[in-house]
Amino acid sequence: MNGTMTATGTAAVTLQVALVAAGAPLLAGLMRQVRALLEGRVGPGVTQPWRDLRKLLRKEAVTPAGTGSAFRLGPLVLVATTAVVAALVPLASTATPVSGSADLILVVALLALGTVALALAGLDTGTAFGGMGASREMTVAALVEPTILLAVFALSIPAGSTNLSAIVSGGIHDPVRLASPAGLLSTAALAVAVLAETGRLPVDNPATHLELTMVHEAMVLEYAGPDLALVELGSQMRLTVLLGLLASLSAPWGIATTASPAALVLALVLLALKVALLGAALAAAEVFWAKLRLFRVPELLAGSFLLALLAVTASYFLTGE
Amino acid sequence: MSLLRKIRETGRVAEDAPPRPAGDPPPGAAELAGSAHVRCIDAGSCNGCEIEIAAAFGPVYDAERYGARLVASPRHADVALVTGAVTRNMAEPLRRTVAAMPRPRLVVAVGDCAIGCGEFAGGHGVEGAAGDVVPVDLQVPGCPPEPERIVAALRVVTGR
Repeated sequence: MNGTMTATGTAAVTLQVALVAAGAPLLAGLMRQVRALLEGRVGPGVTQPWRDLRKLLRKEAVTPAGTGSAFRLGPLVLVATTAVVAALVPLASTATPVSGSADLILVVALLALGTVALALAGLDTGTAFGGMGASREMTVAALVEPTILLAVFALSIPAGSTNLSAIVSGGIHDPVRLASPAGLLSTAALAVAVLAETGRLPVDNPATHLELTMVHEAMVLEYAGPDLALVELGSQMRLTVLLGLLASLSAPWGIATTASPAALVLALVLLALKVALLGAALAAAEVFWAKLRLFRVPELLAGSFLLALLAVTASYFLTGE
Repeated sequence: MSLLRKIRETGRVAEDAPPRPAGDPPPGAAELAGSAHVRCIDAGSCNGCEIEIAAAFGPVYDAERYGARLVASPRHADVALVTGAVTRNMAEPLRRTVAAMPRPRLVVAVGDCAIGCGEFAGGHGVEGAAGDVVPVDLQVPGCPPEPERIVAALRVVTGR
């Protein structure tokens, strides 16, 4: 690999992480704005989550009595794992210095690490709601992680590799794969898994105030100031990365496969557009959905697991190898 | 799809934003810079003020467009909206809730009861007004106060 290629690849990774970190609060703002407009309200504007984060960073940090290192490290681990995932996943370019490490199992494990860190932090506060939220989050995570793995496995069979860059560039060069039964089934399964993993309706209501219905929010009730800013940024980045991954796997057009700067710029613009479109569609759909009763969430997730399993089966039998 | 039709027919419900209210922001409000997360504390209210607060955050008055948002935990909050004359049983929870909020924090007394015990002054279960229990930064008079006045107080805090 020559010098310019490495430089463009490094720039691709850096810009990809920077775009995810800077764009995640804007995505959250866009989604709230779409919801506000559909509800007949004016809404606070797309930049409101950035104002919230700026204010939270200026506020006093509070360490509740009795909490230990799990509580303090939770937000840092959440943001760090999400940033690493944002660097690994081929969102803008498949030709980066880290694309060789963009393994599917590693990405799912990093996401699970962030979830577990926050669940431990929720347990560490020792409050009833923290423990309840952590227990629910782990229940959902235990059902979601296998679905993500299985859905992407279905796509990895035609690519012959669990490397996400290989899967995405395979999709670009052979678009028939995306419209195959396996491709469509795994996209559907992945979409449900992303909703559950990021705590959106119908699995969790991000705007709830009723502690008994909370999943994600219940774990972070004790966070304040800069720690809360990290937790919010971390969850917003997770949503952005997972929507970006969904876009990369189901509609990979525009992702740079070579180390050309022009292709990279186009890929970054298209990434922002695709994620904004997915986010707006999700926010609009959420207006029509109600939250599922907690005991029915496993049914939904089992359904998406079944779709992923069918995708793997279809992929195995229909590729004819 | 009837909901979709309803959304299209209803359109925008929110009223036009009134001009920005005059009045100096209380100390600490400048640091919030356009974002105020609000926690409501019912210290012994008749629920009249709660209905008006709910209306202030509803589609018509839409307090959220000025950067105010209701949150689920005092740890997340910058502003405490205290309603009602503080009863003996709620005095300590009120103190603890305000103490749990990270600084800079503001306390807004909403309604005549929270400001001066109102109808319930001298009652045997009443500890006092909100100002007797926690330091109050802003007052919204009225029994109950109109949503416009609650929104105006929140706009003084967010500066928008």
